[in-house]
Amino acid sequence: MSDETPTPTIDGEPEIVDIWLSGTEVPPTDEGAQEMAEEEPEARLREQLGSVVTDDYVDSEVAPEDERMIINMGPQHPSTHGVLRLQLELEGEIIRRSKPIIGYLHTGMEKTAETLTFAQGPTNVTRMDYLAPLHNELAYSLAVEQLLGIDVPPRAQAIRILMTELNRVSSHLVALATNGMDIGALSMMLYGFRERELILEFFEKTTGLRMNHNYIRPGGVAADLPPGWRRDVARIVETIPARIRDYDDLLRENPIWLSRTKGVGVITAEECRAYGITGPILRSTGVDWDLRKAFPYSGIDRYEFDVPTGTNGDVYDRYMIRMEEIRQSIRIVEQVAETMPKGDYRADDRKVTPPPRARIDESMEALIHHFKIFTEGFRVPPGETYVAVESPRGELGCYLVSVGEGRPWRMHIRAPSFYNLQALPVMMADTLVADTIATIASLDPVMGDVDR
Amino acid sequence: MNDEMERAPEGSDADVAPPDLPQVLAGLLADFPEAVYVESAGQHTVVVSREDYHALASAARDAGFEVCADVTCVDWFDRRPIRFELVVNLLSHRHRLRLRLLVPVPADDPVVPSLCDLWPGANFPEREVFDMFGLVFEGHPDPTRILMPDDWEGHPLRKDFGVGSVPVQFKESHKAT
Repeated sequence: MSDETPTPTIDGEPEIVDIWLSGTEVPPTDEGAQEMAEEEPEARLREQLGSVVTDDYVDSEVAPEDERMIINMGPQHPSTHGVLRLQLELEGEIIRRSKPIIGYLHTGMEKTAETLTFAQGPTNVTRMDYLAPLHNELAYSLAVEQLLGIDVPPRAQAIRILMTELNRVSSHLVALATNGMDIGALSMMLYGFRERELILEFFEKTTGLRMNHNYIRPGGVAADLPPGWRRDVARIVETIPARIRDYDDLLRENPIWLSRTKGVGVITAEECRAYGITGPILRSTGVDWDLRKAFPYSGIDRYEFDVPTGTNGDVYDRYMIRMEEIRQSIRIVEQVAETMPKGDYRADDRKVTPPPRARIDESMEALIHHFKIFTEGFRVPPGETYVAVESPRGELGCYLVSVGEGRPWRMHIRAPSFYNLQALPVMMADTLVADTIATIASLDPVMGDVDR
Repeated sequence: MNDEMERAPEGSDADVAPPDLPQVLAGLLADFPEAVYVESAGQHTVVVSREDYHALASAARDAGFEVCADVTCVDWFDRRPIRFELVVNLLSHRHRLRLRLLVPVPADDPVVPSLCDLWPGANFPEREVFDMFGLVFEGHPDPTRILMPDDWEGHPLRKDFGVGSVPVQFKESHKAT
């Protein structure tokens, strides 16, 4: 566009800002602008924005009353737990109705999964809930293994539990950190991320990556624990509980923290069940429901741990539950480290497991075998299954359909954040705008998980 | 050959419900003789017609399946005579039990009753199924797209929706001239 032509807007008037910027007054009936504006203004807008965002209340039959005002929170801000937009109907400072609007991070991962082999699947799912990537991988791998009908050796199971429980700690630490920051306890942000670094370092050492590990795979795990893992785990087990005590000192009886969290964002057990809400939110209402206890997976029932529950179902209870879950996870990690069985870290099943690296150098068959597994992938018998694990956010399920090919026919992830987000309108009805941030933070949504 | 293997849910052996069926499920199935019980990888699965679907879901809720854990869909495309299959995962805290309902839905009339009146939490997942597969949920309070933009054409998770068919924005600037 040349300098003389002002940016055309929908109705053909040049933006006043453009006139200011250009310094010279441009006649509003500029022919070029007129012409450009006339060719489908809507299409041009669509091109600029990528799509047209419609206001959901525009054609709504329930028009807001005069004293009510509709505002959009986001996409983005609500303390940037991700690209979430909230449509709020306000009466003064009180939220009467609200509606979460999502999809900004949708990347069609379920569609992608249909084009990837079963062995490539974990790379895809690990990118959904990026704060708990190992849980995604675990749910997917368990589903594939169930269809394959293979057993995973005890060491692989123990490694899986060790890694996912550490992941729960790191995820909860982020939840606490952001929850603290959102309410104004800024030091929590630094502390939470500092402690998480300990765990991420261990993850990097073990899996090669800090996030998106692709570590838990159908048949076992990608690699054995690195040398010196006991020392690293011992350091984590030693450090985290002590630091958690510090947080407790900082927040538990802090009057500002209490007044911002107690009785805020309340939800009941019945509402949780009706809305399919799981995880710490469900447990904060006093429901003793944890998939690790209800439908144990990967041998988690071998370890002792408690399921903390709350009573009021408010932000404070959810905070307390996350604190306690960190302690319990550390307890599990301690037990796993003590009782780590010896043996193979992946199933000894020729169909699924590639041959050991050394064999490839000496055997042609091993080389062909290796090549086949990594190009075509292994075939999974026809069937469908739903496997769920307890992720830090709740029930993370994987619904997998195979038709006997090397790729899934359909892969669906039941994302806990997606369902938990439905709790927002319930929690926020008739509360103050100022509490919105605290409520969202206590849900701990991961938008990658919501939109997939 | 393929056909037979995948048609297994409606196959002959499916009619024989195992004797060790939990009581709550046995009672539930007794009321719906048309519904077919299948054990799929050790999980309780029931294939139910569109007509019985809502009634069965309602009865299941009253029988203790108080959580609707997941609603999703499978597009069988040309592999099955009835193209779509709605998949509903129910969960009972009380009985520590899962139950999966499979509802075949034909492509020429993709309408199913909504479960939002039983579980308000079915709202988001049903919108997702509408968005991704184009199934229409009768009685849904907010039947709009949820993940894709409002002006999106087509339903991405259908098998005939190509992976690479998204129009590229601003592609003129990348053209080699």
